[in-house]
This record gives sequence, C-alpha cells and structure tokens, in this order.
Amino acid sequence: MNINEKLSTLKYNKGKESHLSADNEICKECKNRVCTHICPANVYDWNEDSKSLTIRYENCLECGACKIACEKQNIKWAYPSAQYGVKFKNG
Amino acid sequence: MAINKTQVIVIGAGPAGVSAAITIARAGKNVLLIERGDKAGDKNMFGGEIYTEHTLEVFPNFIEEAPLEKPITEQKIIMLNNDNSIEFSYKENFKNYADSYSTVRAKWDNWCVEQAIKEGVIFAPKTLVKELLIEDSKVVGIQTELEKYYADIVIVADGVNSLLLEQIGLRKKIQDSDVTVNVKEVIKLPAETIQNRFNVDEKSGQSTKILGGPFKNLFAIGFMFTNKETISIGMGISLDDLKKIELKPYELLDKLKEHPSINPYIKGGQTIEYSAHLIPEGGYKSMPKLYTNGLMAVGDSAMLVNNIHFEGTNLAVISGKLAGETAIEALNKNDFSSKQLSLYEKKLKQSFILKDLKTHKNTIEFIKKNINTITDIYPELGCGLFKVLTHSSKEPKNEVYRKFLFKVLKSGAILKTIPLVLFAMEKCFKR
Repeated sequence: MNINEKLSTLKYNKGKESHLSADNEICKECKNRVCTHICPANVYDWNEDSKSLTIRYENCLECGACKIACEKQNIKWAYPSAQYGVKFKNG
Repeated sequence: MAINKTQVIVIGAGPAGVSAAITIARAGKNVLLIERGDKAGDKNMFGGEIYTEHTLEVFPNFIEEAPLEKPITEQKIIMLNNDNSIEFSYKENFKNYADSYSTVRAKWDNWCVEQAIKEGVIFAPKTLVKELLIEDSKVVGIQTELEKYYADIVIVADGVNSLLLEQIGLRKKIQDSDVTVNVKEVIKLPAETIQNRFNVDEKSGQSTKILGGPFKNLFAIGFMFTNKETISIGMGISLDDLKKIELKPYELLDKLKEHPSINPYIKGGQTIEYSAHLIPEGGYKSMPKLYTNGLMAVGDSAMLVNNIHFEGTNLAVISGKLAGETAIEALNKNDFSSKQLSLYEKKLKQSFILKDLKTHKNTIEFIKKNINTITDIYPELGCGLFKVLTHSSKEPKNEVYRKFLFKVLKSGAILKTIPLVLFAMEKCFKR
C-alpha cells in the first residue's frame, strides 16, 4: 500500500491557504532536506529542476515532526485554521 | 472589565484537558473547554488502550457507559528476527474489570467531553487559540482566531507540539530525541476473524508490542491492538533514528506488516484509516516549567509520558485532575499567582507521575546505548534457542548445542546482559 493509498483513507477539509511554509533560499542551502524523508504524509518534495520545495500542505497530518526535524529550523509551522485540516474518524 | 471572561479556560479537549475541565466543573466553577477540531477526538491519535485505574478517578461510570472496544486481557511481546520470531504472552483473567481497554480515540474523546458537558463544562469546538494573552507577566486569557477571551486561570492541554507554551517561553525547543514519530493503520476484519487470529473472544482482547525485525538497531517499536472489528497496527520511532535511516515512517510500518510472523494477523483486512502523531519521549529532562502566573500545563504539552511502560493517557488524565484540583483551590483563595499554582507541581511530585518520570530519567538513553542487545542479539538468540530445542535434523544434538553455545558466547550476550540487570535493579531502589 503506497502513501497515496494510505492518505486516501483520510478525511480532510482542505483549506485554501497553506499552514506550512519554508524560506526556499534556505532550503537551497540545505544538505539533507530531512523534511522530504521523515514526514509521515510525504508532504515535502525537493524539485531539483526548479530548485524549490513543494509543500503539499493539504496532506498534512498535523504531527509536527518536520518543525522539530528541520536542520535549518526553517519550517514555519502552525495548525490549520479551525475546521480545516485532517479529521480522524478512528485515531 | 472584559466582556468575555470566565474562571478557567482549558485549551485542548484530549484526556488531560477534559479531565481538568470536568474536575473544575464538579466543584461548581465556570470552565470553558476549547478544542480546535470540529469535535473532540478529530485531531487525536494513540495506540491504543486506556488505563482503568486512572480513568475511573475521573470517569467513574466509564466501564459501563463509554464506547470501549475490548478489555485487554493479554499482553504480548513479539521479538522478530529477519524471518523468524518468538512470542511471549501474559494472560490475566480479570474478575471485575481489566487493567486497560482498547478504544477508538475519536469516539472515546467525544464521550469524555459529553460527560464534561453534562457536568457543566462549556465546550467550544472549532476554535483555534492563536496565542496566550499576557498582562503584567501573568497569563490572563487567550486570543482565538475570532476574539479575545479572559480567565483567572488558563490550563494548557494543547498536546505534544504545544505552540502556546513555546510562545510564552515556558518550554525549550524540542529536540529530535524528545519525540517519537508514530504511524498507524486501522485495519478492518470481521470480529470472528480477529477473535480466531488473536485467540480472544467477545470479552477479551490483546495488546502486542513488537521488537526487532525491521526495527533492528533502532529505537523503535511496533504495536498491535485488537478492537471489536478492527486491528490497530502501528509503530513509533525516535525522530533522531528516523533521520538516520533510508526508509520513510510508513515504509517502516509496511515492513512490519509484511513480516511473515505479523502478516497472518492482518492479512486480507482493509485499511480504513492511516494516521500519524508525535509522542513525547524526552520524559523528565524535557519537561517544561509546569506552571506560571495564571497558567498550568498538563498531559502531552507538559511532556508527561512514560515511554518505558507505554503510559501516556493515564498521566494525562491524572495530571489534568491534579491541575483541576489546584485551580479550584486557587479560585477559592482568589490567588492565581505562580506561588499558589505551584501546588500543582507539588501534587504531581507526590503522585506516580513525577516519581515514575524521575525513576526513568535516564532509561531511554540507556536503552539507546544497548539497542543492539535488545533489538538484535536477543531476538536472534531467542529464535536460535527455540530452534535448537524444537528443530529435528540428522545432526547430532551435542553438535547443535555446541554451535549454539559458540553463537551465544560470540554475541557477547551474557556480558551485555549484566548492565541491563544492574540498571533494572538500580531502578528498584533509586529514590
């Protein structure tokens, strides 16, 4: 079962604005980009062609791992606005 | 005088927050419980089982009335080798009630809040607190997305990420080694299939912890819980270890699900929900200051988790209750100073919560140092021993024994066990 199939089991109320952001200039300097590796929802991807970080905030499970793990402390992390984001039916 | 004002605001309707709120409401005080989810439980995830003794202190009717899944009557440990495994299980046939029950958090948290509302708690879901309001170095209220709300006391129960404690500088930046990343799947199977696979019936259930295998040499552990018509299977890994490995957290979970000793438990089931959450792992050393003028911190936001024993919701419930009791006393004295609220920490120190966290102050570091022994050598030798005792072949037994003896000696297991035993013994007597 790949991550997209896993995420498809979830109910989200997707907000129009991202609750996550990062300064791309700092990401460019980053060696490891651990966010692309540790996120349980695979929110982050580094695009080598455009040298930019893709943030699929709409898949976020609001766990907070990226905020702590980022070696540059470059992830601006907030909770989505009330009524938005993931909604666990089991949890 | 502010318009929006109550006696106590509790931020977060998880087990810690709801326990604080209901305790305060029972004393006839005004309390507002705030939750960012559409309803309580929407944003929460755990293993999970809830612990009876602690929960009864706040919800005396929960065994009869709460939406529980199964009483946990069997605790199992599975040690995985690459392809093999050994299982240890402890069964307890309870007379009245079990030590713990498996539950579905979305239903459980919601039920707890329903009880709180019945007892007079004002519940405000769909409300995100943006920041704490501070006047004259005292926390005086909250700023939500829509309005300001004031209170004599604010109890912070906003979970492991506690942006609010961070905002007021009560806690330091969390380190990678302070949390584990947990992922879980809830897998649907017919009740009868679950009962057959786990050897339980309608009135019994199993909690399983899994070491080794895909988690070899990692501070990581797998878990399974039987629910009525689902199995919860997941794993948690220290964030610092997760950074070191190639696999992503959900890939590590897939490795566990595919292991030949685990797969038969879940085979053919349908994953109805995937989820993820952080669990505090730092314990005593990573705790924030637990109170300040006008504020107390409870549950995960205060990092009150005993990872060694997989205890979290019980520490949450009791810390919430103790903060609630402290709030009642402060309201009676009309004193919300740091000095008055320090009673909360005193109560925590007298309870199992801070005693246990202190006992295990250095345990995780110790386990990490010995991780190879626990997650690699023991499963390997354990499987090896069972094989020696049970495997039939044409090889003479004394040769089989000798080979195994050499393997044991070569692994250093005997020498490596001594510090583990000494460490455990020290825990019995250390104060």
